[in-house]
Amino acid sequence: MGKVVTCGNQGERIRSDCQVKLELSDRDGLDIQLNSKVKSLYGDSIIALTKEIFNFFGIVNARIQIDDSGALPYVIMARIEAVIKLLTESDKEYLPDFHPSNNSATTRDNNRVSRLYIPGNSPALIINSGLHHPDGIILDLEDAVAPDKKYEARFIVRNALCAVNFYGAERMVRINQIPAGLNDLDFIIPHRANLILIPKCESIEQIKLVNERIGIISMKYNLTQKVWLMPIIESAKGVLNAYEIAISAHNIVAIAIGLEDLTADLGIQRTKEGAESFVARSKIVLSCKAAGIQAIDSVFSDIADMESLRQTVLQSKAIGFVGMGCIHPRQIKVIHDAFAPDAAEIEKAKKIVIAFEEAQSKGVGVIALGTKMIDLPIVKKALHTIELAIKMERLNQNWREQL
Amino acid sequence: MNKYDNLVTNALGRLVPTIVNGKQEIPFQGIGKHRPTGRKYAPLIPTVLDYPANGNKLVATLEEALHLCGLRDGMTISTHHHMRDGDLIAKQVFEIAYELKVKDLIWLPSAAFPCHESIIQHLENGTIDHIEGSMNGPLGHFTTSGKMNGCAVLRSHGGRVQAIQDGEIHIDIAILAAPTADFFGNGNAFFGPSACGVLGYSLADYMYADRVIIVTDNLIAFPCMPMQIEGNYVDFVVEVDKIGISEKIVSGTTRITKSLDRLLLAEMTAQFCLETGLLKDGCSFQAGAGGTSLAVEDYFHKILLEKNWTARFCFGGSTQYMVKMLEDGSVEYILDAQAFDLEAVRSIRENRNHCDVSVFNAYNYHSKGNYAAMTDIVILGATEIDINFNGNVVTHSDGHLLHGIGGWQNCLFSKCTIIPVPLFRDRIPVIVDKVTTLCGPGSLIDVIVTERGIAINPLRTDLIEKMKESKLPIRDIRELKEEAESICGKPAKPHLSKEVVGIIKWVDGTVIDTLWKVED
Repeated sequence: MGKVVTCGNQGERIRSDCQVKLELSDRDGLDIQLNSKVKSLYGDSIIALTKEIFNFFGIVNARIQIDDSGALPYVIMARIEAVIKLLTESDKEYLPDFHPSNNSATTRDNNRVSRLYIPGNSPALIINSGLHHPDGIILDLEDAVAPDKKYEARFIVRNALCAVNFYGAERMVRINQIPAGLNDLDFIIPHRANLILIPKCESIEQIKLVNERIGIISMKYNLTQKVWLMPIIESAKGVLNAYEIAISAHNIVAIAIGLEDLTADLGIQRTKEGAESFVARSKIVLSCKAAGIQAIDSVFSDIADMESLRQTVLQSKAIGFVGMGCIHPRQIKVIHDAFAPDAAEIEKAKKIVIAFEEAQSKGVGVIALGTKMIDLPIVKKALHTIELAIKMERLNQNWREQL
Repeated sequence: MNKYDNLVTNALGRLVPTIVNGKQEIPFQGIGKHRPTGRKYAPLIPTVLDYPANGNKLVATLEEALHLCGLRDGMTISTHHHMRDGDLIAKQVFEIAYELKVKDLIWLPSAAFPCHESIIQHLENGTIDHIEGSMNGPLGHFTTSGKMNGCAVLRSHGGRVQAIQDGEIHIDIAILAAPTADFFGNGNAFFGPSACGVLGYSLADYMYADRVIIVTDNLIAFPCMPMQIEGNYVDFVVEVDKIGISEKIVSGTTRITKSLDRLLLAEMTAQFCLETGLLKDGCSFQAGAGGTSLAVEDYFHKILLEKNWTARFCFGGSTQYMVKMLEDGSVEYILDAQAFDLEAVRSIRENRNHCDVSVFNAYNYHSKGNYAAMTDIVILGATEIDINFNGNVVTHSDGHLLHGIGGWQNCLFSKCTIIPVPLFRDRIPVIVDKVTTLCGPGSLIDVIVTERGIAINPLRTDLIEKMKESKLPIRDIRELKEEAESICGKPAKPHLSKEVVGIIKWVDGTVIDTLWKVED
């Protein structure tokens, strides 16, 4: 008997996943045992796919057991490749077809108001994640994946980056803590992830290591697309180094704060009011503004308490954050609504912008709105509000014509 | 007797038998094309002289009652499904029949549930020849595995009444569980340990059966009022310890789905109804007890409150959510054929605007009008929808029978039928080229809402026009089918044999499709 290896998930509550067991042998060809919930409709195609993958990796003799609960093809491919690579060395990758929607690049100032965390080893949650329309989807390889599942999760995340349509959400991956996380990059960078989150970041060395590895991979695969970075600050040391980190590389577009780990590092309790983290959060905001990048607030962990979430977002917005992580799709709408400029803000901004434009066209130097004088920073702020309102679909692009 | 014979192609292009269980059947002719004429079927004329003058129709046991009803081989035995998955009576009837060595019965339940799995043994041992009604779960699997002796006949709730009224089926003995009854046979479902609110599905049975037995676990002194079952139709009354397992008859709480994907479907459905103007002040709607339907109802509720609108009526089955709408004034009336939870039972007992309606009023082809057709919005489910909007609600894509038709076919006649379904379940596409079993013609299905897009039936040019400027993803149904296949892969065809194991009846009594034996 050879060594038997297993990847994937199986069980009564598991859906859209499969578990694959593999034992290499030295004769009798491929012995494939398939239990599948969808056997009558897809049994033949699962067997054919399995044979094709083993053929691709040049494996002739093996015993394979597949327990399938309706996994999509990209998931089956990931599970099979993961077991094969536990027993054989290969540089080859068996990739699903690249979905055309995944070619799109994102910009430095992409909206990043909401980013939805999806556990990297839970395919049932991945396939529809884009339908909830967060600005970004974070396929998580770090804390949302159990330590013994981190190996196989990389294959799922890699294949999802290729095959899954995220319906326009920015495709982000949270890698593991550096240095372990560097190896995750090999699975992600070639498949056009838009942005990498670097957890527990506390020094510019970590940024350097990540960018070096991205450079090597990009050269190898001849990639030209920019990969953005979003370091997550989760320690006292990280907070103190935030500005240095923020300006350490051109591809850093945002910094996020992780309050669960930070409060643990400080040895204090996290409260809903958040007074204990006010200074740290402000430090992150100041560092980001000074560096010209986005400041992103921590996730809010009570998924049932929408009112407290809304209050937290309003507070975040008030001190300068421009986005927040979501751990549940229900949080997306609340976060968008609370971060977006409200009707009164938009109305005021419209009036300021119009007064400014009228004054300019008349060649008047001093601008007044009613009895109040308006100077340039106020106009700039109003323009920003208008821009954000349009971006977040709170205001029509042709609002001037609709006046 | 031929189990089935003389297959022909019906008006929808489906191959169907015209002889089933030795009887002549008419293939589907088109919607509204088949019109039975003559007079309604009638039960035997009873004479008051044959019944005790003191009104006491109690007999000691169900066995004695069946014996007195003349139970014998080949009879048709009906039961109702108001005890749902908690029913204890149907099983007992066939155990008694088995002990008495009676053979070849036809079971005519208004619906079957997983709790009826043990009845399979009586299909195997010959006590029951076949089922006409619905076959869920294990019974369904048994049917499409080709193990039933006779040919199964599936009817909608309305179709069952149609078949009873035009004489297509003749009920020899109806055995009806009543949560409260008196010795005369008056019964209701408001009170007692097995209270289930309504008994609308038993009406045709007690009016048209040759013999009627009422079984109760809450016998009270005459008169049992109000009466949902009228004792003047009843032959015998039997008192037993328990007619049902109460927590399985009505659930303590029915719950809105927690699945985010389903909530998204519900939100899109509600938004669609708002933008098209279907949901408006004074409108009417129906939504069942399924998690997605309840979520749609909940979104409707929010919109009604927000806009300060009042719906004129909701068409039941009812749940705590519908009751909430009634009680806060979002809805004026609930017209109800089934109460799904304890709150609904309480409401129908206490609130005059929560009204008990029978299948005769709601769904029946031989009535002078149907409430279902008068309802503005109906939300239904489906196992498959094809690119011509035809719907399947009974079989799984592998060909195995899973569900009954229920009121599904009857509700298709509403002013707008909307089916929110995921584009695929696990890996199995819901939108397909051709449905495995055709239960409802596409011309009656108006809108399909999936998480990846909403398809409007091209016949509904009015709805298409109204949604022109909408931000909702309105898409061609063929495009949705392509997307499902691009995600899931193209499914193989189910392995169906050429052996007929059952037929699907349309609301008018014609045969709309065939159930084939599945080869495993």
